[in-house]
Amino acid sequence: MVQEKTFDNRYKLLNRTINKHQGNGRALIEVLHSAQDIFGFLDEELLIYIAKALKLPLSTVYGVVTFYHFFRLKPSGEHTFVLCMGTACYVKGAAEIQKKVEEHCKCKFGETTTDNKVSLIFSRCVGSCGLAPVAILDDQVVGKLTPEVSLQRIKEWQESN
Amino acid sequence: MTIEELRELAIKEQARQNKFNNRILICAAAGCISCGSLKVKESIIQTLKNHNLHDKIEVVGTGCIGLCGAGPLIKINNDDTIYKNVTEKATEEIIENHIIKGEKVQKYLIKPDDPFFASQLKIVLENCGKINAESIEEYIAVGGYEALAKVLTEMTPLEVISEIRKSGLRGRGGAGYPTGLKWEIVHKAKGEQKFVVCNADEGDPGAFMDRSVLEGDPHRVLEAMAIAGYAVGASQGYIYVRAEYPLAIERLRLAIKQAEKYGLLGNRIFESNFNFRIDVRIGAGAFVCGEETALIRSIEGRRGRPRPRPPYPSEKGLFGMPTLINNVETFANIVPIILKGSSLFASIGTPKSTGTKVFALAGNIKNTGLIEVPMGISLRKIIFDIGGGTPEGTIFKAAQTGGPSGGCISAEYLDLPVDYESLQQVGSMMGSGGLIVMDSTTNMVEVAKFFIDFCKDESCGKCIPCRVGTVHISGLLGKISNGKAKKEDMELLEELCYMVKETSLCGLGQSAPNPVLSTLRFFKNEYEQNLIKD
Repeated sequence: MVQEKTFDNRYKLLNRTINKHQGNGRALIEVLHSAQDIFGFLDEELLIYIAKALKLPLSTVYGVVTFYHFFRLKPSGEHTFVLCMGTACYVKGAAEIQKKVEEHCKCKFGETTTDNKVSLIFSRCVGSCGLAPVAILDDQVVGKLTPEVSLQRIKEWQESN
Repeated sequence: MTIEELRELAIKEQARQNKFNNRILICAAAGCISCGSLKVKESIIQTLKNHNLHDKIEVVGTGCIGLCGAGPLIKINNDDTIYKNVTEKATEEIIENHIIKGEKVQKYLIKPDDPFFASQLKIVLENCGKINAESIEEYIAVGGYEALAKVLTEMTPLEVISEIRKSGLRGRGGAGYPTGLKWEIVHKAKGEQKFVVCNADEGDPGAFMDRSVLEGDPHRVLEAMAIAGYAVGASQGYIYVRAEYPLAIERLRLAIKQAEKYGLLGNRIFESNFNFRIDVRIGAGAFVCGEETALIRSIEGRRGRPRPRPPYPSEKGLFGMPTLINNVETFANIVPIILKGSSLFASIGTPKSTGTKVFALAGNIKNTGLIEVPMGISLRKIIFDIGGGTPEGTIFKAAQTGGPSGGCISAEYLDLPVDYESLQQVGSMMGSGGLIVMDSTTNMVEVAKFFIDFCKDESCGKCIPCRVGTVHISGLLGKISNGKAKKEDMELLEELCYMVKETSLCGLGQSAPNPVLSTLRFFKNEYEQNLIKD
């Protein structure tokens, strides 16, 4: 099984990271970052592959993956709405945005809409506190955000194909 | 590379810059980029081309200029003029009037005596917003890597440590441990290998000082890490950066590559016997990894769970070896101490808290952004002079320092000098430097709940007081804000807070109740008005 995967280009890319660290288990987090970059999320098959490659028990790999917020076990939606919930954003009304967005999407932060269009994600702090409230809409940081702008963007996403 | 070659490089770069008549500096830190500063940069380049000035004026993307709330910011180098809210349209106006005719454009101008800029003293941020963060040559042209050269050719490790001790520098990550002392302990510790680790896991929500330093002046941190490596006897360094800072990671990686190319990192630096390498390690979103023992485990590729201290990392750290861990801002102070001397540094600030402190000003305040002030300055000066006070029609209520580990400071303590001891006396802490202003629109019970929920979610689960206690504190706070709590619940809340504070394993748990305790201390009436009357 491992053999076949080496023909998949994505696994080739991942092997590059693994080889860079000589398959050392200490590089687990580096390898997981690289895997998530390449595959988008970490499914069971991928975790088994990484565990074998780094000679670690699968339980250790799974334990690390679930410890850190950054790693995803499920694919995210087509678009991501990352709302900053840092203190400055909170004081400046991020909770209001959260409420409106959840109402509109009919799902909570940490979930993806049923049509798989939008994933709602919380961030601890993106460090752009001077522009609070802040969200990252598909990798673009948007500052001084309002509920209106948020909903408008989400509607655009939902209407696009 | 030799010192002579380094200086030649500096002269060459200065000459290159002098070929231009002027430089336009555009803030290319994360805040201004999200306001569109990269498009503004393109627009400036295009406008200069249209006027046939592109050979005479250099356009440079720099680190944070400071006033993030009014971005994008640009700076005209020759006369130090700063323009705010610069849109693509504004660039034409600024270039035609300022650059060509020499008349400043009042509409976007920040006056030179604006208290936001005039009251600051920049040591850590001296290069931020002045040099191109992606160019090692520009860093060398302003004296970069001179301190490393001086240390390697003129000083012994103990002389370096003594200089840092004399400066009085204390850890800027929050706890304020004397830096020189820490270096000395690692220097004396025995181990076949030693490590230097830079903690750039700036997890406090509302803090972005370290991000700004890494994005605006990455080489200064690398240089300081190499100096530290020489002083303590380490040949490998790690920078642990949080994944939420992609731009900082990118610039650090680039900076390391550039330094390696010139031999400023690697083997036999400045033809000495000193070798030093630096690797970047990326965090994966766990607040507890800012705690040093958890951070070490994370670099080792494991779950970031803290362990009891002692042994301290300075004796038994990364891979079981003596390890020096300092915060980004602490490292950023090293180069000026070596170059300008410890006595000058010690003369700034207060006797026990020397130097400056960088704060991230945010929340309900007019001027949000990044500031650097001498230690001992009053909160009033920071919030009302530099920050411009709270928005029109609202009244200042509290300043929150130290993030989820710190506390709120009420209006009556506004004249408190900002130093490690004074802030602790009123139940808060210096923290890493996030300063969030709350006004009359902020509900303090909800703020306390916000912070305890943060710690509840971020608790690693290893020790019971933190894992279970924070859940119950959050529940009680919810009960209070929903108006379902009685007087006994308040007593229980306070008791629980002290229990979690005194019995948790690591700093996260020990400080988690601070926001609750400090709001209870200053704003008890907001809690009491929600209670059920007997």
